[in-house]
This record gives sequence, C-alpha cells and structure tokens, in this order.
Amino acid sequence: MDLFLQQLLNGLTLGSLYALIAVGYTVVYGIVQLINFAHGEVFMIGAFGALATWTVLFKGQTGLWVLPFMVLGAVLVSVLVAVVMERVAYRPLRHAPRLAPLITAIGISVFLQEAVRLWYPGAKSALPFPQIDLVTGAAFQVGGITVRRSALFVIGSLVVCAVVLWFFINRTKMGRGMLAVSQDPDTARLMGINVDRIIMVAFAIGAALAGIAGVAQGLQNSNIDFYMGFLAGLKAFTAAVLGGIGNIYGAVVGGLVLGIVEAMAVQFIPGTFGGSPWKDVWAFALLIIVLVFRPQGIMGARVVDRA
Amino acid sequence: MSAAAIHDDAAMAQASSGAVVLQATGVTMRFGGLTAVNNVNLTVSEGEIVGLIGPNGAGKTTFFNCLTGMYKPTEGQVTFQGTVLPPKPRAVVQAGMARTFQNIRLFANMTALENVMVGRYCRTSAMALTSILRGPKYRHEEEATRERAKQLLDFVGLSNTAEHLARNLPYGDQRRLEIARALATDPKLILLDEPTAGMNPKETEQAKELIFRIRDLGLAVVVIEHDMRFIFSLCDRVLCLVRGETLVEGSPVEVQRDPRVIEAYIGTPDEDEVDDEAAKEEHS
Repeated sequence: MDLFLQQLLNGLTLGSLYALIAVGYTVVYGIVQLINFAHGEVFMIGAFGALATWTVLFKGQTGLWVLPFMVLGAVLVSVLVAVVMERVAYRPLRHAPRLAPLITAIGISVFLQEAVRLWYPGAKSALPFPQIDLVTGAAFQVGGITVRRSALFVIGSLVVCAVVLWFFINRTKMGRGMLAVSQDPDTARLMGINVDRIIMVAFAIGAALAGIAGVAQGLQNSNIDFYMGFLAGLKAFTAAVLGGIGNIYGAVVGGLVLGIVEAMAVQFIPGTFGGSPWKDVWAFALLIIVLVFRPQGIMGARVVDRA
Repeated sequence: MSAAAIHDDAAMAQASSGAVVLQATGVTMRFGGLTAVNNVNLTVSEGEIVGLIGPNGAGKTTFFNCLTGMYKPTEGQVTFQGTVLPPKPRAVVQAGMARTFQNIRLFANMTALENVMVGRYCRTSAMALTSILRGPKYRHEEEATRERAKQLLDFVGLSNTAEHLARNLPYGDQRRLEIARALATDPKLILLDEPTAGMNPKETEQAKELIFRIRDLGLAVVVIEHDMRFIFSLCDRVLCLVRGETLVEGSPVEVQRDPRVIEAYIGTPDEDEVDDEAAKEEHS
C-alpha cells in the first residue's frame, strides 16, 4: 500500500509537470488550431531564464526569497520568446495551409535548442540548477512515504495555475474574449475583439505556465540542458491529446493521468515489460487505447471551454 | 424599462432625428469574374428602418458583409457619421455599427448572458493584466458589463434564460439573443440579416415589435427579409436588389406596386393580398 501511495505521489508530481506544459499546447490549439511544436522549447527556455536570473542577480543565494524572482525571470523569458515567436513566425502564416505553420514550429524548435546550446554560456552540457534550501532540502517522511519538497512545489504550482486560469477564462473580459474567438473568430471580430491580441495572450498564457514548469523541472532534477524540452514537450503534447486537445482542464487531467500511468507502470508491471525502460511504451500505449475508443480525448476535444 | 436606460443617447438622438448615419456610395464587390454587388448606394438616417429585399443570391448579405468590413469592397466606400470606415470589422463595431447573421452565429458554448457580455467587449477598457490583478476599476467595469447585459436580455425578453447555454435555447430565442448581443456594442445602426427566418407568425410579430422598440431608442435599422408582409409593414423605406444591382428604392408602397419588383421578386402576385397590404400601409 505504501508503495502504491508512493508511486501515486511520484505520478502526480510528474503529471503536474506534464499538465503545466500541456496547457500551453491546448490553449493555443483551442484558439488557432495550431500544434505549436516549439512549446517544449519554451519550457526549456523558461528553465534557462530562471538560471540566468539567479546567476546574474543572486549567485550563491539559496534562500526561499530568491525563488519568486527566479519564477518571474523564467516567466518573463518564456513569455517573451513565445510572443516574439508568434509575431514573427506564426502570424504571417495565419492564412497559410496547415502544414506551413507545423513545419515552421519544428523549425523554431530546432532554432531555439541550437540558440541556447550555442549562446548560453556553458550550455553545451548540462548545467546545475540553483537549489533553494526550503524547496530542495531533505525530504519529509509521511507514514511510509517519502515526500520530496520539490514535488510539493510542482503540485502546488499546478493547483495555483489551474485556479488562476479558471478565473481568467471564466470571470474576466479577456477570458470571455478567448472563449469567443475559439468558437467563432469572425463573429468575435464583429464584437470588436482584437483577435490577434487574443492569440498573443493565448501564447503568453501557455508560455507563462511552461516557464513555471521549467523552474519546477530544474528544482526536481537539479540540472537542466538545452535538450530537455524535447521529450517533456512530446509527453505534454500527448497529455493534451489524451485529455482532449483544446480543453484546458483536459490538459490538466491528461497530464496527471499520463504521469500516474508512467509511475505505476514502472512499479507494478512485472517481468520483461516492466520497469522504467518500458514506462514510455505504456504511456503511449495508453494514448493509443484512449484515442481508439475515445478519439476526442478523456474530457472531450471541446474548444477552450469550461470543464 | 425606459428607453433611456437602455440607450443613454436616445434623447439626444431624437432631438437630432434625421441626421445621416450611414452612407454607402458605389459599393461594388467582385469575386473573380462574378459581380455580387454592383454600384449600390444606401443612405440611412437616425431613427429610420430600411428594408433590403431581393431574390436569393441578389447580393443582400454580401452587401452587409461589405458594410461591416467582413469583405473589402472592390469599389466604393462606406461612410459612418461622416467618417470613412476602414474595411475592418473591429473598426466598424467601434464606430457604432452592429449586425446579426442569417445563419445564427452565437457563441454556442457560452451562456446567453456571456454572449451579451462579449458584445460589450469593444466598449470596455480592462486588459489582460488588470483583469488578473482584479483592481477596483476592473471589478467596477465587470459589474457594469454584467448589469448592462442583463438589461439587454430583459429588453429582448430573455431575462429568464440568462444562464442557459446559447446552443440550448429555442430558435426564436437565439435570434433575439443575437440582437441583444449586437445591441451590447452600443450601435447607432443595427443590421439585421433575416431576423424572422424560420419563425412562426407569433414570433415574427414579436420580432417586429422588438425592431420598433430598437428604432425608438434612436437607432437606425437595416433589415434583410424575405417576408414581404413583414417588410412592408415595418420599414420606412425599402431597397430592392436584383442580381447585385439596385432595382428600386422607395417607400414600401412604391416598391410594392412597382411592376419590376413584382416581376423580379414576387413572381405572380396575389392581387388581393398586395392591395390589402397597401391599403393598410396608407392608413397608418
């Protein structure tokens, strides 16, 4: 039983990370029907933004008070990158055939990886991520379960972000604008909504969450590298599809389910097909099964919609 | 509810009744070799109800699309209260022109109230950051938006369905909701594209009464409709389009009696009914 709860917690932690990134795929898809494959790189850049903030301003500091600044730095950098990316690479292709922005996304993805690898000092190999005493210190023992402090940070981030996002979508003018654009952009324009701005905001929201995820990943793994966005992005995209792409709460649910399935598969599938080498296989097998029986995903592929 | 409560400028509008709101000159729209709208002129004054009729494919909706910036007219220009409108929907709404659609285009997965609140978008200022920080100005504005949306739902007779999803509303209610949403943008002129399509006689009568009430707020109204009885008893002036060109423009009686209109549009008329309608029109 302890083992089960332990893996559930590990799964939730991993899943929260996926969920934070997955929201970015799903929000953008809900508004412009574009799979932004460069989103994983936005996550990676967020982590580097936090690292840079720490290196430049707070080098050597390990107090908790540094963390908000690191998160802020991460969010600023990833939002900036996402907004510029949208403006420069996607907006000119708004009316191009679907394949054009898709290929562009892959191009941006490679570009961002290489840019960080070549330009960030020392990024050719993995860089140590600053450790914050209170968040990365010794783990708690609750019953028979080991609770890592960084896990609490990741899960807490997801909860806070989900609540803020819910308020934003359902209780603000901008959120209503997003719902309107996702349902009918032409009519939304006729209500005086600046559709280009809404699209930019969608990118910015996704990027902000990805930036926070970047910090979380750095704290969890204690080091970061320019390639970390690839697999995380792929998994998060899977989570978004699993939950129902376009549905924000689907992305959260999809992320958590994916994380938990991976954690459980590592522990409880016996024999040759068990253990961590096979966890990705089981994760994607789950995706295939869900898509066969429920192509719209777990929560339904509604456009950005209340869950 | 008093008219003034709905439209702050109502009193002012009535004082200056007759001022030209919309002036479209030489509007032409070509799609490749097809001329959908050819050199159409339309002038609409405050407090006026203008009907736009014509057989299917005459270019009525295309003309609406040109007016509202959804299409960029090939030639011609649209002037609204003295300034030339750029062919951008957002600028058009901002200037004070709103529309509804022939095929209802509500935000189906939002509630009736939210649909109307979206209509307030262009008249409120709070942007992304302020709405996250939820400052007092933002809360005040949000409250005002909600209040106004409720008033408008009340105005079109939908106060009981505010929390229903738009897609679950009966057809006639959806049409009225579209009108409420358009009114939420504080227009000076509202364009209604077949507001009674698919309605039963009772709903049509309610729609007519609603349009009169909108006019009484000081708005100008342009209506596309196929229901002749409806058009001729509603409008101050009627414009008949055929194959993208203006065939006749005049009072309902003139248009109704024009043999070209009857030939082009009404086909073989039922003499009694036409006379009957004309007589009623002359009495009123």
